[in-house]
Amino acid sequence: MTQTVNKSLNPLPLKERMKVPRQPMPEQPPLLRAANFGEVNLGYSEELARQEAARCLECAKPICVNDCPVGVKVKEFVQLIVAGDFMGAAAKIREDNVLPAITGRVCPQEDHCEGGCLMGKKVTPLGIGYLERFVADYEQQHMDPKDIKKAPPSGKKVAIVGSGPSGLTAAGDLVQKGHEVHVFEALHELGGVLVYGIPEFRLPKQIIREQIDYMRAMGVQFETNVVVGKTVTINELMEGEGYDAVFIGTGAGLPQFMGIPGEHFNGVYSANEFLTRINLMHAYEFPKYDEPMVDFRGKDVAVIGGGNTALDAIRSALRLGARKAYVLYRRSEAEMPARKEEVKHAKQEGIEFHMLTAPVEFLADDKGWLKAARCVRMELGEPDASGRRRPVTIAGSEFDLPLSVAVIAIGTSANPLIQSTTPGLATNKRNYIEADVMTQRTSRRGVFAGGDIVTGSATVILAMGAGRRAAKSIHEYLTTGSW
Amino acid sequence: MFKIQHAEFIAPGIKRFVIEAPRIARKQQPGQFVILRLYEQGERIPLTIERSDPERGTINIVVQSIGKTTNLLNSLETGDSILDIVGPLGKPSEIEKFGTVVVMGGGVGTAMAYPTAAALKRAGNRVISIVGARSKDLVIEENEMRAVSDALMITTDDGTYADKGFVTDKLRQLIDNGTRIDLVLAVGPIPMMRAVADMTRKEHIRTIVSLNPIMIDGTGMCGGCRVLVDGKSEFACVDGPEFDAHRIDFAVLVQRTSMYRAAEQQSMEDFRREHDSLLARIRAEQQEAECALQGGGR
Repeated sequence: MTQTVNKSLNPLPLKERMKVPRQPMPEQPPLLRAANFGEVNLGYSEELARQEAARCLECAKPICVNDCPVGVKVKEFVQLIVAGDFMGAAAKIREDNVLPAITGRVCPQEDHCEGGCLMGKKVTPLGIGYLERFVADYEQQHMDPKDIKKAPPSGKKVAIVGSGPSGLTAAGDLVQKGHEVHVFEALHELGGVLVYGIPEFRLPKQIIREQIDYMRAMGVQFETNVVVGKTVTINELMEGEGYDAVFIGTGAGLPQFMGIPGEHFNGVYSANEFLTRINLMHAYEFPKYDEPMVDFRGKDVAVIGGGNTALDAIRSALRLGARKAYVLYRRSEAEMPARKEEVKHAKQEGIEFHMLTAPVEFLADDKGWLKAARCVRMELGEPDASGRRRPVTIAGSEFDLPLSVAVIAIGTSANPLIQSTTPGLATNKRNYIEADVMTQRTSRRGVFAGGDIVTGSATVILAMGAGRRAAKSIHEYLTTGSW
Repeated sequence: MFKIQHAEFIAPGIKRFVIEAPRIARKQQPGQFVILRLYEQGERIPLTIERSDPERGTINIVVQSIGKTTNLLNSLETGDSILDIVGPLGKPSEIEKFGTVVVMGGGVGTAMAYPTAAALKRAGNRVISIVGARSKDLVIEENEMRAVSDALMITTDDGTYADKGFVTDKLRQLIDNGTRIDLVLAVGPIPMMRAVADMTRKEHIRTIVSLNPIMIDGTGMCGGCRVLVDGKSEFACVDGPEFDAHRIDFAVLVQRTSMYRAAEQQSMEDFRREHDSLLARIRAEQQEAECALQGGGR
């Protein structure tokens, strides 16, 4: 039962709360976890969760709520934890977030809810992500699928293209309004980047399956193995299959390479391929699974890039038995876009960080297998367009780093499959789909888009925010008919 | 799941499947391919679509047993199912009136060349087909190719059928006879396509090859299928699978295709031991899934 908390149930006086540091997240010890794909963070117990929740200052104007891209009512759900009403807390989160077990694990909370937390100015910010995860896991263990309510049918049909974070969020919000929602996924498994991109040790597949089963119970229908733009076009969906609206959430598809010599050598991977082999295809379980992977045991591996994808890749390589595992990043650690917790975990596990370092060429043996990366050192110059200081090559700093595998994780660009098969769909210079920042409307009536296919590579939660805005304006469009 | 409506061997180790895949059948064009996965622990492999029947909602694929997945696939029979099939993927073949086109099929590649040969014929081209195989048993699609060709030549490596030799010998003859050739399409093993490319490069005859590198998603997402075209990376799944043969770096293609040779051999050895139990397990899983479907599951 959801309950509204008017008066604080928190037994701890405000002054006392400010002295308590954050309850640490129980985790697998670094050396143990560096050799398995089990989840690093083990989750709060009920006791830890209540102790952590009790640190909330219950601000009159909670900054955390404003800073959440989907607007989770943080203060209210935390108060419900304090009150011991964990299912109530789950329901409170679900009002704004249909994937709490996922965001509780992979959101960069320091950039959103926890970033402005007043407790952060005193000691450490409230562990909002940890609490969200606790509540979501508690709900999963204690809920009865029969309790999931279905809205009365609206008679309208919506197609969602892509089952990643933006698509799932839009689907969840729309089905709760009574619309018939069909999600089309190109791959054989649902979840998009959550499944092919994020490794088991950070987001177990079981969690994604549970969240998707929950959505099925809500009435969302899924069809895998459909590449919209190839198997069926947007026009065919709207004209032939009777969809009243379409949401495009296909993600930022194409991997970027650096354009340096030797990228075609065996042992050089895009992060997408590397992670897809491991996560989607279970290559780390070869030969139980058929998809093969290079044998990493005793080999030296580097990832090029400084984002979450880069860290996911290199930590996977370490778990596959790499002897040395390096992060090569052309800027300094302060500019790394990765979540702070991932950087911390990676360092604990023994990943070596080589900042201000960039490869300029890959070198191979006579059979075409990678043997080294020729690198240069960088220094930071004036700020560039991104506001970060531009890395500049230090003359004469070249050196060869022996490597058997290199993974390129420097970002992605737009996949053109839908744009090229949907007449009248406006795109920008980089071929991302143009969509209104508030309504997610595209240039085509009834067609909405959001997530990485609009913004370029971003985060799970930002994509979810777009999915949420899209669902709101799709609902408006379907009920008013006005565009 | 995708039901196998009909399956039959058309040569030793080469099987043709007619599969229910209505969405793909509606959209397929010559030159396009599907990616399939046979069971939960299976890999994804690309296979060219031989033809499709939009009315009946079926697609045909022709498969040669090479590694574990193709061997396992060829153990499946009429009435069995395939867990996942996605497509049609890749760019369709470029079909226009070129003039005289030589279509060359090597081994099972003949089945991939066939739909494009037929489309080229329909587009008003004079089609000269050259079909090659190791020996008589392995010559496939002879009648089909004859039906869409103005002339058909056949070679076998061992001379057990038609003319002894390679498809490139016939191409050489055509060139030496002064036949005006506007386009060559070659589909087959890499060494064959490479040999064709080397021959036509000197003659300045535009040549198209259909590549089949290692692939995972087939939508441009992973970049595993990249081939070096004029020194730049292109993706076979979205930029191909057909490419201008004279711009392809075949040495890199061979090198990348061999990347998982050791693992592939291990899979194949394991498979020889486990063939029967694996097949039984897959069939049991398919039955279970079918029951769940009929029971109104998902």
